[in-house]
Amino acid sequence: MKHLILTTAALALSAGMGVAQDVVRMGTEGAYPPYNFINDNGEVDGFERELGDELCARAKLSCEWVINDWDSIIPNLVSGNYDTIIAGMSITDERDEVIDFTQNYLQPDPSNFLAISKDADLKTGVIATQTNTIHSSYISTTDATLVEFATPDETIAAVKNGEVDAVLADQDYLRPIAEQDAELMVVGEPIMLGGGVGMGVRESDTDLKAKMDAAITSMKKDGTLNTMIKKWFGDDALTF
Amino acid sequence: MAGAVEPPSPHMFPFCIDPSTLPDGQWLACYLTSGKHMAFYASFGTVLLLLAVTAPVALAFGFGGAVAARSHFAPLRWFGKGYTAIVRGVPDIVFFLFFVIALDQAFEWLRHQIKCPDWDAPVRQGNDFIVCTEAKLPLSASPQWVHEVYGFSLAVLTFAIVFGAFAANVLYGAMRAVPKAQIETAEAYGMSHRQSFWRILVPQMWIYALPGLSNLWMILIKATPLLFLLGVEDIVYWARELGGAKTNAFTYPHPDWRLWYFLGLLVFYLGLTKVSEIVLTRLNRRLSHGQATAAGEALRNQVTA
Repeated sequence: MKHLILTTAALALSAGMGVAQDVVRMGTEGAYPPYNFINDNGEVDGFERELGDELCARAKLSCEWVINDWDSIIPNLVSGNYDTIIAGMSITDERDEVIDFTQNYLQPDPSNFLAISKDADLKTGVIATQTNTIHSSYISTTDATLVEFATPDETIAAVKNGEVDAVLADQDYLRPIAEQDAELMVVGEPIMLGGGVGMGVRESDTDLKAKMDAAITSMKKDGTLNTMIKKWFGDDALTF
Repeated sequence: MAGAVEPPSPHMFPFCIDPSTLPDGQWLACYLTSGKHMAFYASFGTVLLLLAVTAPVALAFGFGGAVAARSHFAPLRWFGKGYTAIVRGVPDIVFFLFFVIALDQAFEWLRHQIKCPDWDAPVRQGNDFIVCTEAKLPLSASPQWVHEVYGFSLAVLTFAIVFGAFAANVLYGAMRAVPKAQIETAEAYGMSHRQSFWRILVPQMWIYALPGLSNLWMILIKATPLLFLLGVEDIVYWARELGGAKTNAFTYPHPDWRLWYFLGLLVFYLGLTKVSEIVLTRLNRRLSHGQATAAGEALRNQVTA
């Protein structure tokens, strides 16, 4: 009898589990327009919001958006506070050791320097980047002095107030800023870094990874991904 | 701990449909009433709520710690002394960053042991911390507000443990500062140890504890921006988010306005500490009545003069 009750309880629990698993918590930074940002209504917006909602619809998952600081975005994924990272995160070997990535949904994008003067010293000067990015690891291998900031926005502010000579970041992040701020200009040669942007998942979450991969493949096949990329990053953006 | 995405709120003014065409005054009115700003204003309430909840909880922890440190039962005394010594010795930030993740995982691990005894996969798989779905805290399927309340409660608990340790030290000192003659008299009247503690020592110790406790209260007010480290979206988070330069991707593009937002925070915090000072001064006066202290003596002279 006791055994019977336990079995019933276990069944009830596993039934509850089936429902619970369908909610996928999507972790993003919300500070990297046009990839992801918090719009004036206080909602997550941007390319990755639109993409994430579409991927969830195709994978038949109900998704909830969660914002988290860039700095702790991987630890919080790993400890299970949300289930994916969809935050313009480039696929690198270093990150791949800690988490898994889906296939890339953005092509490797050149990175640019942004400065207030054409003759900014990019070789040995002071360069700002966001912490724990492909850009910060790149600068640390050069002769330039690296200054790291918690948010992308602070790197731009540091260039404007003369604290650093230039900022290194993704071209797609810097382009609208350079176009709209007369003081700032793109300088130097573009650099290719990273293996494109993918969605980060826990290494143990193979099921979710497979579902998201399938959804990305289907969006690549029917061209909707390319349309979305052009909508958010302009007609010159690299597509699939 | 992850934060919230506020639901969109309708515009307060009817003319806010297309802000790019508005004159400056109306633009500013629309800007300051956007959904994001409403979340900013609401976060002031979060900070006040944190203070209102944390202060009594920390005081309770402190009282418990002080009583434990005075105990005649050695293990309890070691616990009380150990608590104050360890927590006071570890930098707040280390404590906040380590403790909240550890606490969260400890809760989930306990629930995992109770709810999923048949689970055979290890909880730690490489870098991942995995408990069964029913043991997640809060459940993944719970609405966002549950996640927020949980994050906030963890924050309160962490603040209470940290500030409780300091409060324990203050109260421990205050208990020793109550004149010994008072306790001896109580015992001479036949009060038990317990009775003299609750009826004589505790009511009289507050006047000695107040300067230390009011100091702690001020530090607690200033420490509330640590909420941001815990992933609770507090006023510092929103000030930084709203103040940063905004491109045309946003409805209200503007240059770097962080200075103005942080100036607002400065005024808020100064106002809060000023109000606290006034209240604490009054409290000090009230507690000094009839006390065998210099302040109590001064009050007596005022009455008789």
